[in-house]
Amino acid sequence: MADLCAVVGVGQTKHASCRADVSIAGLVREAVDRALADANIGIDDVDAIVIGKAPDPLEGVAMPELWLADALAAHGKPVFRVHTAGSVGGSTAIVAAQHVMAGIHGTVLTIGFEKQSDGNAMWALSVPIPFGMPVHAGAGGYFSPIVRGYIKRSGAPSHIGAMVAVKDRTNACKNPYAHLHEPDWTLEKALESPMMWDPIRFVETCPSSDGAMALVLMSEERADKHPGPKAWVHATAMRSEPTAFAGREQVSPRAGEMCAEDLWRKGGITNPAKEIDVAEIYVPFAWFEPMWLENLGFAPRNEGWRWVEDGVTDIGGSLPINPSGGVMSTNPIGASGMLRFGEAAMQVMGKAGEHQIDGARKAVGHAYGGGSQFFAMWLVSSGKP
Amino acid sequence: MSEADGIMRLRQPISVTYNWSAGPNATSHLNGLLEGTLIGKRCPGCSLVYFPPRNGVCPKCARILGDDVVVGPRGTITTFCVVNVPFLGQKIKLPYVAAQILLDGADISMQHLIQECEATDVRIGMRVEPVWKDRSEWGPSLENIAHFRPTGEPDRDMGVEAGAS
Repeated sequence: MADLCAVVGVGQTKHASCRADVSIAGLVREAVDRALADANIGIDDVDAIVIGKAPDPLEGVAMPELWLADALAAHGKPVFRVHTAGSVGGSTAIVAAQHVMAGIHGTVLTIGFEKQSDGNAMWALSVPIPFGMPVHAGAGGYFSPIVRGYIKRSGAPSHIGAMVAVKDRTNACKNPYAHLHEPDWTLEKALESPMMWDPIRFVETCPSSDGAMALVLMSEERADKHPGPKAWVHATAMRSEPTAFAGREQVSPRAGEMCAEDLWRKGGITNPAKEIDVAEIYVPFAWFEPMWLENLGFAPRNEGWRWVEDGVTDIGGSLPINPSGGVMSTNPIGASGMLRFGEAAMQVMGKAGEHQIDGARKAVGHAYGGGSQFFAMWLVSSGKP
Repeated sequence: MSEADGIMRLRQPISVTYNWSAGPNATSHLNGLLEGTLIGKRCPGCSLVYFPPRNGVCPKCARILGDDVVVGPRGTITTFCVVNVPFLGQKIKLPYVAAQILLDGADISMQHLIQECEATDVRIGMRVEPVWKDRSEWGPSLENIAHFRPTGEPDRDMGVEAGAS
């Protein structure tokens, strides 16, 4: 039987398109110092460090975890690096939590980061496939045909993506750390946004951000003696599948469904839409909100877009999604998954400030990566399991 | 601190040159392209045909792929994207349609360019055929096909396969 694990500290940077004022090490340290201050512990109190980021070519720094050991005061401590593409922020937090749940370390610091302005992620994600046809056009070019498949399958009207975009950009204005603070979006204006990768409009895409997120995790023994609110980890789940195989369901990948089913089973959740108070899910393109609502088992198949249209996922709705503004407002790729996990923790700790969902007790953090092929999720609560 | 205070950022481009080991599966596929033939591989476990047979292993049942299978040349669009955004290394005039094409006889789609029709006329289920470049320009690459164009045949109902791989 695994030990219990709790989040006792959360810290993130001010996210921006270019944090020219800091190096990667400085960016990471900013999040770490805030997480340690939030947990009210010192860096010497940390037993182990688990760090994650997306592919190294994004900044052109190979094995940054070795270089960052200095900035993380890692001398004499175990340092682990995790990599699962865009889902890495989530899977990194899960690996950190598993070190605690396995009884190996009492206090673990975990960090996800990306400094997109140091490189060119769109280029790094569009490397020509040997002897293939060079029609690939970044992440948008990859995901847009999948969105088209969802629209055709579900019969969703074309304004749903714009509705999600406006909601998330509006939510982000309540989050002082969010990259984009754009209070003036309306649905009418969003619908006039140019088509980048038809059917995906410019406003329906995430920004490119510099940023980091850090969490302090503790064992039950330590957390019980630790003052302040905690987010207890009730369940974690990860699944993966190949990028491409014959008959693959790309709109709602089986690995995502399996991951969610595993999470609900481990967390004792039988009716996710009713029992979960708030969810931070990985939505880099607006249309992925209704798609993931269905994949996660919140909404019935082909009904996710109706929930968006009915305001179910607004801050005042019955299942608020991404009150922080989400990936649509802040996307430091390697940190984006941990931002979802950390924001979920902040909600149940009552630390989400202006975007706090009143009375949130159970929250979900979700991340996906690669060609919708790596999934990581956790369920956190203000109370012990 | 501002730029005036000293060096806050330096631009330092890097590039990497790789060798790519094709292996026996991709080799027969690439040799086929040199002859203008589209060669995939059949999985001996699930009988599904992979084109291109890049990894040599069936991603579904993990068996080593078996016999060569000639696929296409015609196929059906399963889904597509109209690309309006320029990016580094762009070789194709904007806007262009990048489509997932399920070649006849294959069980997985591949991405290629659609031309010789308006982007607004491209549909899921549309039948297409390859237009090859002049043979003098051929190499071991799918770039031997300049693009795909509509055949004019009736659309195929893709059903639940729309948007699938």
